[in-house]
Amino acid sequence: MSLAHRIIPCLDTDGARVVKGVNFVGLRDAGDPVTLAARYNAEGADELVVLDIAASRDRRPTFLETIRRVAAELAIPLTAGGGIRTLDDARSVVRAGADKVTVNTAAVERPELISELSREFGAQAVVLAIDAKLAGDHWDVMVRGGRDSANRDALAWAREGVELGAGEILLTSVDRDGTQIGFDTPLTAAISRAVSVPVIASGGAKLPEHFAEIFSEGAADAALAASIFHDEVQSIRELKQFLAARNIEVRLPC
Amino acid sequence: MIVTLIDYGAGNVTSVERALQRLGATSQRSSSPECIAKADALLLPGVGHYAALIHALDERALRAPLLGAIQRGVPFLGVCLGLQALYETSEEAPELAGLHLLSGSVCSLPPTVKLPHMGWNQLKLTRSSRLLEGISADAYFYFAHSFAATGANGETVALCNHGQNFAAVIERKNIFGVQFHPEKSGEAGAQLLQNFLGLCT
Repeated sequence: MSLAHRIIPCLDTDGARVVKGVNFVGLRDAGDPVTLAARYNAEGADELVVLDIAASRDRRPTFLETIRRVAAELAIPLTAGGGIRTLDDARSVVRAGADKVTVNTAAVERPELISELSREFGAQAVVLAIDAKLAGDHWDVMVRGGRDSANRDALAWAREGVELGAGEILLTSVDRDGTQIGFDTPLTAAISRAVSVPVIASGGAKLPEHFAEIFSEGAADAALAASIFHDEVQSIRELKQFLAARNIEVRLPC
Repeated sequence: MIVTLIDYGAGNVTSVERALQRLGATSQRSSSPECIAKADALLLPGVGHYAALIHALDERALRAPLLGAIQRGVPFLGVCLGLQALYETSEEAPELAGLHLLSGSVCSLPPTVKLPHMGWNQLKLTRSSRLLEGISADAYFYFAHSFAATGANGETVALCNHGQNFAAVIERKNIFGVQFHPEKSGEAGAQLLQNFLGLCT
């Protein structure tokens, strides 16, 4: 009896439709978020993340409607984010049905945002998303969809975020994102050992072996992927059976 | 029979409402002392900070009607913070008095493990349970918390372990509580809520 490693599909949306791209660019349509959410809920996903990667002000009502429709399909937790800059932005996402809120660029620019959200919703509802990229001898925090360096050390930022009240880190390797060559194990292990909260690894997954490695050697508490699930390259059910056979604790679907 | 969801302006009330709807149950949200006093069945959802819940109950004058309803035998289910509120106090806000329907207090889980305790975990049954009837002994439930009733006592029917044992399910007469989120726990969670609805009729 111990805490299961979570498998988390991620829906990157333009507000209304699921989109995908490599290294955060070259987006194309990958389906209807509600249809995908229902499928993942049935297949044994442990949680779902929905991000608004366009995050433009005028598309906001569309994204909130997407959250409402997705939440109605789910009997598992839902994390939502993308473009959350204020406590009010987070409130509308939570009211639409998200259990947790994820913040990224806005928290780098104004770290107190993390404390404001944590006071209002509790640490368990605040997910700090960090996009990290190798820069010589350390990992740099990247912002604005992974395009610009924030000139901050990712390990130091993760520790600071947790002190400010983040209850979880969603860690994306910008180097690996979209490559399908495997998660960034050294990055994930370094961050996971540096903080006291759970870490979700993201970026680069394709094969079941990639998941086994990030849980065993990368010390990840959860692993997130998008297109391999959307395109049915990897079924969640079979992935979990593979992990269970390797004695990695997972919640097997019925 | 209508389940009254105690709505104190925070927490997971929408998710609980949806989960009950999926089971075909009728529910209503309420933050009125009169409605809570007259309820057929009560559910106290909750996530976040213990102080927010206790303050909200007292600011809305809900403590007395809630205790009154429970004492006259109305089925009550506390979810997450809604369970923690049943004890005497919590280490998260030691200056505040809990509902004191159960003896003991709520403590932080140990720093030897990652906190919050976030994700799917299994239970260890300590005695027969009405809420867990028909649910596989190895079923997983979704947890998201850092505090818990670690001094589990006679009401505890199932324990969970994260760094140490804590009360995951409690039952005493018409009082029920779960530390996890049945509304987010897939089919096992739905079955537990169904069992609670069955106990309300």
